[in-house]
Amino acid sequence: MSINLPKKTWPGSIAEVTLGKTKENGGSRGSEIVVGGQNALPLHLFEGFIPHRPVIAFEIPDVEPPENDWTPIVREVYKDMLNDPVAWSKLVVEKYGAKLICLHFIGANPDRLDRPIAECVGLLKEIVAAVDVPIIVQGYGTGDKNSEMLAKCAEECRGEGITLASAVDEHYKTLAAAAIAYDCNLVAETPIDVNLAKQLNILLTDMNVPKDRILIDPLTGGLGYGYEYTYSVMERIRLQALGGDVMMCMPFINFVGQETWKVKEVKMTAAEEPSWGSEKERGILWEATTAYALLQAGSDILVMRHPEAIAQVEKSIDEFMSK
Amino acid sequence: MALTGLQIYKLLPQTNCKECGFPTCLAFAMKLAAKQVSLDLCPDASDEAKAALGAASVPPIKKVSIGSGNHRVELGEEVVLFRHDKTFYNETALALGVADDLPDEEFQRTVKTINDANFERAGENIAVSMVALIDKSGDAAAFAARAKTVKDTSPLPIALVTEDPSRAAAAVEVTGEAGGVLCGATAETAADFAEIAASNKWAMVIKSNSLEELGELAEKTTAAGVKDLLIDPGFKTQADILHNQTQIRRIALDRKEKGYGYPSALSIQEGIDPYQAALLVSLGVTKYAGLVILPEWHNWQFLPLLTLRQNIYTDPQKPLQVDGGIYSVGEPNENSPVYISTNFSLTYFMLSSEIDGSGEAAHIVIIDAEGMSVLTAWSAGKFGGEQVGKAVLASGIADKIKHRHVIIPGYVAVIKGEMEDAMKGWDIMVGPQEASDIPAYVKDVWLPLK
Ligand code: SF4
Repeated sequence: MSINLPKKTWPGSIAEVTLGKTKENGGSRGSEIVVGGQNALPLHLFEGFIPHRPVIAFEIPDVEPPENDWTPIVREVYKDMLNDPVAWSKLVVEKYGAKLICLHFIGANPDRLDRPIAECVGLLKEIVAAVDVPIIVQGYGTGDKNSEMLAKCAEECRGEGITLASAVDEHYKTLAAAAIAYDCNLVAETPIDVNLAKQLNILLTDMNVPKDRILIDPLTGGLGYGYEYTYSVMERIRLQALGGDVMMCMPFINFVGQETWKVKEVKMTAAEEPSWGSEKERGILWEATTAYALLQAGSDILVMRHPEAIAQVEKSIDEFMSK
Repeated sequence: MALTGLQIYKLLPQTNCKECGFPTCLAFAMKLAAKQVSLDLCPDASDEAKAALGAASVPPIKKVSIGSGNHRVELGEEVVLFRHDKTFYNETALALGVADDLPDEEFQRTVKTINDANFERAGENIAVSMVALIDKSGDAAAFAARAKTVKDTSPLPIALVTEDPSRAAAAVEVTGEAGGVLCGATAETAADFAEIAASNKWAMVIKSNSLEELGELAEKTTAAGVKDLLIDPGFKTQADILHNQTQIRRIALDRKEKGYGYPSALSIQEGIDPYQAALLVSLGVTKYAGLVILPEWHNWQFLPLLTLRQNIYTDPQKPLQVDGGIYSVGEPNENSPVYISTNFSLTYFMLSSEIDGSGEAAHIVIIDAEGMSVLTAWSAGKFGGEQVGKAVLASGIADKIKHRHVIIPGYVAVIKGEMEDAMKGWDIMVGPQEASDIPAYVKDVWLPLK
């Protein structure tokens, strides 16, 4: 007996977005990263074309990060450079083989350190000089200062193909203008909602941001904390995109580390909760599992923290992409 | 797939005789499609109609039950590829291994750890589903003795992992009827295993690395009287797991091929990196596996894997709202802080996770704002100062605390004045805008206040 294995094909495909610019293209990055381009369900190489592998970015905070969010397990790895993002960037590139980094400007937050924009931009320039991988620049949240800061980053590092995170409802215009003027990518963030994601993409494209310069951040609910919503919203967006909806066809980015290391299930030590097992491995697996299952839902870029979690997910991506 | 009203109508006599109690055959067909009536009401229904409707009502993936009693595991009956289309019903059963050649004490300790692997999370119990007894000794008597120990010391169903039918038979004999699932049958041993399973009411897994052969074997095994069958397509790489599990689900839902309408099994090999092994389990959970056997494990894998399973098997049609009322994070007491928020689930999730992270147990008073986030609710007039103030008083929180402070979200600082008017004698504190700043807020504002 032989069976006919179903082969699902789709009219639509995902846009290809390029992160970073090399010398030939006017920048100074050592390599460019392309994501997207697939015309199949996530990792379904057996029935479609998946030209680029999902990539992982190392997250690097601009100032020493708070302990409640960057817990001892992650701090231990970066302990000598917690307040030196330049050294931190070099470490992840040189020691852990980072192909992409995400500089997270938490210190600019007016509720925290309120670092001036000029200092933030100065830091970004130092990092651009120190490492040659493509860079994502993430603001602290929303607000005018956040948009201004990201726009300034785009301006000062024009030509490097940096990625700005994130344009959100109400605060997208400044960033959209900057992305167009300085040839940057733009992350479009919406709160776990299929329709809002599409609406923001429409607003951005209406402002003439090209489709191949937009990444969708569906907002990552942490494992155990709204994860199921993110998972299904991503599946639905991706199905619509493959079905031919060009306003949904952008690659996904998920900020995984930020939703991992602050949760109770990761922070509790084995001394406090013996049946939960070693907090180190538990935390690493929490981050790796969160990322890995999001790959099944369609993630193209995962922003993560712990090098071991990253290495494990990379290993799995290799296995999916081989042959 | 379920038949539509029109498809059913074509199978009916189309005489509109009204015997069924409906004015037309079409009206009756519509009710049948909605599963609100039974075909018996039509005296003239043909055998063909009966057969077609009967087949359509059988679920595309058979329901399989493993073990007996409280901890019986039910699998199958799935109807979708994507959980948002309906839901995933019967969550992936996780069976953790224990080798039959461990020394007595270690063996018992291992079984106990598996028994105890259950946790309270978000108001639900999440737990490991089965004990997988792994045949290492190669000895029927030893394997059976260990099976007896598992039966006597664990309430969970047993997965007997052996490729040898005589060892499986020996273990089944000492553990009794409906004790669990036999894992180890291949094309060569299928008939022997089927006989053991059928005559002792055990479930069994049939394995083949060829999807074609798997379907044939499944049909044969069912014909041999096995009621509860699972199919294991094997794998070499993670890409194979994704492919095989996805294709089995698709073929089953399609109903065109026989032999694939069974829950699937994923048996993870020994000797692989524990992180990779855990990721394979994750893949089984997201991609359709009914039973996952993990022979080697660590207790730090439990929470991430069980939480993922809990999330993926949550009904996606569950509204994005929590009920109004008082919630606890940690074990708050009369001196703990009180946070006010709306009943949008995601707001609630984020808030509770940050409070958790702050290390300071707290009460949350959730105001019913029709599932809107704080700012949206405020703009829509569902989160005004007077309303919120009254709702907080009505919640009964005053009886739970000795102090008179409540913390409102920074985004709605404007409602402070009205709340003060509505809640005389209370101190309305304006918290941070973003939940992520709560730990800092607790440290810088709340704790000094205390
Ligand atoms: S009893 Fe049967 S034939 Fe008569 S109206 Fe109803 S469905 Fe039609």
